[in-house]
Amino acid sequence: MKLKLPAPPLPDSLKPQPRPPGEKRPGALDGAKEAGISAVDWVDERTSLSGAARWMMFRKVPKGTNWFYTLGSAAMFAFLNQAVTGVFLAMYYDPSPTNAYESARYITNEAFLGEFVRGMHKWGSSVMVILVFLHMGRTFFFGAYKYPRELNWVIGGVLLVLTMLMSFTGYLLPFDQRSYWATIVGVNINGTGPLVGPYLNDFLLAGPEFSATTLSRFYAIHMLLVPGLIAAMIGAHLYLVAKLGTTAPPWLKAESDPELRKEPK
Amino acid sequence: MNRQEKEAYLREYAQLKAQGKPFFPYAVAKDSIMAVVVMAVIITLSIVLGAELGPKADPTTTTYVPRPEWYFYFLFELLRIIKPDYLVPLATLGIPTVCLIILFLLPFIDRGPERRPERRPIATATGIFVICAMAYLTYLGANAGSPTQIEIETPAAVQQAGGKTLAQYNAGKAVVAQSGCLACHKIGENGNDGPGPPLTDIANRLPEQAIARTLINPTAPMPSFKDLPQDKFNNMVAFLSTLK
Repeated sequence: MKLKLPAPPLPDSLKPQPRPPGEKRPGALDGAKEAGISAVDWVDERTSLSGAARWMMFRKVPKGTNWFYTLGSAAMFAFLNQAVTGVFLAMYYDPSPTNAYESARYITNEAFLGEFVRGMHKWGSSVMVILVFLHMGRTFFFGAYKYPRELNWVIGGVLLVLTMLMSFTGYLLPFDQRSYWATIVGVNINGTGPLVGPYLNDFLLAGPEFSATTLSRFYAIHMLLVPGLIAAMIGAHLYLVAKLGTTAPPWLKAESDPELRKEPK
Repeated sequence: MNRQEKEAYLREYAQLKAQGKPFFPYAVAKDSIMAVVVMAVIITLSIVLGAELGPKADPTTTTYVPRPEWYFYFLFELLRIIKPDYLVPLATLGIPTVCLIILFLLPFIDRGPERRPERRPIATATGIFVICAMAYLTYLGANAGSPTQIEIETPAAVQQAGGKTLAQYNAGKAVVAQSGCLACHKIGENGNDGPGPPLTDIANRLPEQAIARTLINPTAPMPSFKDLPQDKFNNMVAFLSTLK
């Protein structure tokens, strides 16, 4: 809608003249608009993405959707924060047992905004875990895991486990006393598992005991394996959300249109 | 959920959806506000609490007490509560694994059509119970004393004597706890059972003098405590001689 302002009290000769009828002269803005549209068209002609984008963005969300429904996207946003800050930390971090602590110290004490970015990564993990749990709680108490969204609940469970695994593997990377000993304890707990325990330990430690390759093993798991899986799982999770739709709050009933209930005359 | 219930749900949902608003821009606006809040919280935490870096990892230390990230405290505490050796696998893997399997199978266990929390009393009560249990265990885990603390009741005689005796008892307890005795000895519920003998009732077996002599001239592999400052040593002996 165009905003209408009251006309200023100007003498007639200074008042803006209405454009004479006929062809409109294209302005600079119209040119930019035209260029934008043609660029989007160019991409769309080759990918046909506009249909998917329309399907994703213009689907309807059931009525009654409240702030509890933002927890899932908030958890995803926290994951994005982890990914971005993680990339910046990886630019300085060296995953070798001899240099890991030194590079972590360099990030914390010397790199520009280093402690800030490391802090965001560190506390972001707590925020992400809290949001994942809150999102799960909302799903549980609203009965949103029921038909037809069972599969999405299972994928969400996988995401929860992967999130915890991220925290566990990330703990070792600064290579200070706390991270070293907490990891030893965690790995030993894994090792007591029936059947798979010892193999899981071998996989995590890259050998029968903590060695020089363990740190790079944890690093690869923390920054390649698990984030890749999380990204893929979030993709599947979101696809199902868009396909099946988010639930309405459980106490809400659809109001049928009174017009439809009328007896035909 | 049988076929009829499924169809009824889908019909109801289609109506609710038809009466709703488009995802863009309505839901997107809410999500964006939430994203800004999340970002603000993370930035604030980062600025206020920073990112500490402890001393460098040293595989040769024996006294360091590791602690997990705070959201593993509830698992950590489960491990501390369950003491008997044969039950430890239950705490480390049994309970978490069973909980995780139930979590994954939840939609296949609870198949009823009802979604309102107040009309699903079992599910809602279980959920609240689990949250409370996890919160309580996390609280206990956060406040847990490290293995360099001894948690035993002060004997009534010492409590009655009060004053200097009580102060010496507490000081002695701290010295014993921090000297690594618990790595080989058991005192009440604290410490490891072996290779040293349990000290829970050491004063019944050894008089004060003998305890002092053993501390100065122990049988290997126990280290000698003769280099301890005199007052700390006296406190240690005083504490050990109350263990009956």
